[in-house]
Amino acid sequence: MSDFEVEVRITPRPGLLDPQGNAVANALRSLDFPGIGEVSVGRLVRLRLRAQSADAAREQTDRMCRKLLANPVIEDFDILVRPDRPDRPDRPVGS
Amino acid sequence: MRVAVVTFPGSNCDYDCYKAAQDVLQADSYYVWHREHDLGAAGAPDLVILPGGFSYGDYLRAGAIARFSPIMREVMDFAAAGGLVLGICNGFQVLCEAGLLPGALVRNASLQFRGEGVYMRVENATTAFTSAYAPRQVLRVPIAHGEGNYVADEATLARLEDEGRVVFRYVDAAGEASAEGNPNGSMRNIAGIMNEQGNVLGLMPHPERAIEQLLGSTDGRGVFESIAASLAGVR
Repeated sequence: MSDFEVEVRITPRPGLLDPQGNAVANALRSLDFPGIGEVSVGRLVRLRLRAQSADAAREQTDRMCRKLLANPVIEDFDILVRPDRPDRPDRPVGS
Repeated sequence: MRVAVVTFPGSNCDYDCYKAAQDVLQADSYYVWHREHDLGAAGAPDLVILPGGFSYGDYLRAGAIARFSPIMREVMDFAAAGGLVLGICNGFQVLCEAGLLPGALVRNASLQFRGEGVYMRVENATTAFTSAYAPRQVLRVPIAHGEGNYVADEATLARLEDEGRVVFRYVDAAGEASAEGNPNGSMRNIAGIMNEQGNVLGLMPHPERAIEQLLGSTDGRGVFESIAASLAGVR
């Protein structure tokens, strides 16, 4: 078994109204940032997972997404799996 | 008549539903905590209400975690057996997350929480939840939600319309399904839908908050009166 750090990126499905994305886009334009196109606001779920292999971790996370983490009616998701590093700088305090 | 009101951690309209069932339906109302594994010691109720609120703080997505509460397995079995299920506001969100109703409810297009009176029109007055109303009757009912913007793909919307399953639609004061009458950006001004079998209804507005003049409107009573009539017909 190995420890993995998994990140799930959940984003509104393209074509669906994304009021948060639109609000952020408007705010950026009003701050005079040039060239602002479409903006989309989603969610990041980071978890540590013990699994047989990176493939197994990915497969299990995919099932988590379909069952709970994302709603396929309104959201897309993608999964990033990497080995967990005990010394990673962004490790939450107390873990 | 026995009415089970499911209480999740964060439900806050459970007493309103309890009282509406008691006063309008003359029902024996009772609460069922979400950790329970049955819908009542005295057997299946006549109606299950999933009330409004913010179950599990709306974490992840509204209704996403409540949908896996132990009691939801019982609610799904009850619905599959033809039992009447009414989901109001957060209850509607839970029903969509559970797959008992199609589509999803996302952030209001305005990004604002909207707590106000709205108009909605009865689009189908032949259901177990609306038979006490006249077709296209316009009702004045309160809303109180930040995520009531109904979305579904085109095929689902077409099917809902064709099958008369869009039960309530937001309208303006003139009774038209206009953009001004739409408080949250819902596709096709949808305020409430039912399942294919017609025994599960979800809606964002709160009929249980419109059951006596003291509350500003009695237009919500018809939902409960329709349910009573439907259950009387079954017996």
